[in-house]
Amino acid sequence: MAAEAPTSTEYIKHHLQNLTYGKLPAGYQRHDGETLQAETWTLAHSPAEAKDMGFMAFNVDTLGVSLVLGVLFLFLFRRVAKSASTAVPTGGQNFVEWIIEFIDSSVRGSFTGRNSMVAPLALTIFIWIFMMNFMDLVPIDWLPKLAAWLSGDPHLFFKVVPTTDPNATFGMSISVFLLVLYYSVKMKGVGGFVGELTLQPFGKFGLPFNLFLEGVNLIAKPVSLALRLFGNMYAGEMIFILIALMGGAWAGFSVGNATLFGSQILLSLGWGIFHILIVTLQAFIFMTLTIVYLDMAHQEHH
Amino acid sequence: MNINATLIAQAIMFAIFVWFCMRFIWPPIVGALEARKKQIADGLAAADRGKHELELAAKRASESMHEAKMKASEIIAQAEKRSAQIVDEAKNAAKAEGDRMLAAAKAEMDQEVFRAREQLRGQVAALVVAGAEKVLRREVDAKAHADLLEAVKNEL
Repeated sequence: MAAEAPTSTEYIKHHLQNLTYGKLPAGYQRHDGETLQAETWTLAHSPAEAKDMGFMAFNVDTLGVSLVLGVLFLFLFRRVAKSASTAVPTGGQNFVEWIIEFIDSSVRGSFTGRNSMVAPLALTIFIWIFMMNFMDLVPIDWLPKLAAWLSGDPHLFFKVVPTTDPNATFGMSISVFLLVLYYSVKMKGVGGFVGELTLQPFGKFGLPFNLFLEGVNLIAKPVSLALRLFGNMYAGEMIFILIALMGGAWAGFSVGNATLFGSQILLSLGWGIFHILIVTLQAFIFMTLTIVYLDMAHQEHH
Repeated sequence: MNINATLIAQAIMFAIFVWFCMRFIWPPIVGALEARKKQIADGLAAADRGKHELELAAKRASESMHEAKMKASEIIAQAEKRSAQIVDEAKNAAKAEGDRMLAAAKAEMDQEVFRAREQLRGQVAALVVAGAEKVLRREVDAKAHADLLEAVKNEL
C-alpha cells in the first residue's frame, strides 16, 4: 500500500473484511458510486456491500483457504494411510501415527460409548482447526498481498485465517451440534431425549424451568464452541494487525521509527511464539469438547 | 463478519472431510498400529520364551556335564581297582609258582635221600650177608639156610 498509504483505521478494517461473493439487487448503488441496472452476482467492494448481500453470499477467502488446508490434511494423511504397515515407521508415518495415537487416547479417555465415527471426527477437527489457526502465523500481509497481486485488484479483501470468520467456526460447531442431537435421539429415543430436557433437575412439576435450564444448556454448546474459537483467533489476529501497524507507520529514518520497527519485530516474534500455544490449545479444546458433548449424548443419565 | 451461506458450505465441507477421514484415513492407520502392537507383544513373548529355554538348556548342559564328570571319575576308580587287582593276582600267581617249585625241589630231594638210603640199606644188607657168610661158611649150608638168609636180608 505504498501508493496511497492507508490510515490505521482503514488498514484494520481492510484486514477484518472477508472477500465476499454475493448477489446485489437491481438499483443498488455501489461503493464507487455506480448504480446497478440488474441483479448482479459480484465480489463486495466494501463492508457495507458485503452486508447488503444478505445471507446468500459466500466468503470466498474463508472457503478457499479452509478447502485448501482440508484437502492438504486429507492428502498428507491419506498418503501415510495408504502405505501404513507394521514395519518400522519412518518420517511422515511416525508423525502421523503420533498424532493418531494422541487423538485415539484422548477419545478413549473421554468417550465411553462405542462409535467408530468419533475418533476420525476428532482427528479432522483437531488437524483442520489447527491448520486454519496456524495461518495466523503467516506474516499478516503476505497472503493478502499475494491475492491482490494475482487478482490485479490492490484493494482486494482477503482474510487469511478461516477461524476468524464466525461462519467457519459456526459451520463446524453446528455440525457437531446436529450430531449431538442425532445421537441423543438415537441412543435415548425421542421420549428419552425430551425427558432429559424437561424432567430434570426439578422433577415434572418444575417442567418449564427445567426446559429453560436444559434448553440454555443445550444451545450453549454450539454457541460456546464456535464463539470460543472465533473469539480467540479474532483477538489474536487483531493483535497481529496492531503490531503490524507499528512498522507500517514507517516514514523515513528517525529514532522513533526505528524504535517502532524494532518493537514490531520483537512483539510479533513474542506474540507469534505465544500464539503457537493458543493455536494448538484452541484446536485441542474444540476437539475435546466435541468428544465430551458426543459422550454426553451417548449416555443414558448424566 | 456477516453470517451468510459460507456457514452452510463450511458445514458441508466439514462433513465431507470427516467422512473421508473416517473412511480412508483412520481405519488403515489404526489397523497398522494395532497390528504392530500385536507384533511387538508377540516378539517380546517369544524373546521371553527364548530366554527361558536358554536357561533350561544351560541347566541341562551343566547337569550332563556333571554326570559325565561323575562317570569319568567312576571309570578311573574302577580302572585303578582293576589294576590293583591285576597286580595282586600276578603277585599271588608268582608266589604260588614259587611255592610249587619249592615243593617240587623238596620232593625231589626227599626222593634222592630215600633212594640213597635204599641203596645204603641194600649195601649194608649185602655187607652183613657177606660178613655172616664169611662167619658161617662152614657151618651154614647156603642152600639149607637160604630162606633164613633171605628173611634177614628183607628185615634189613
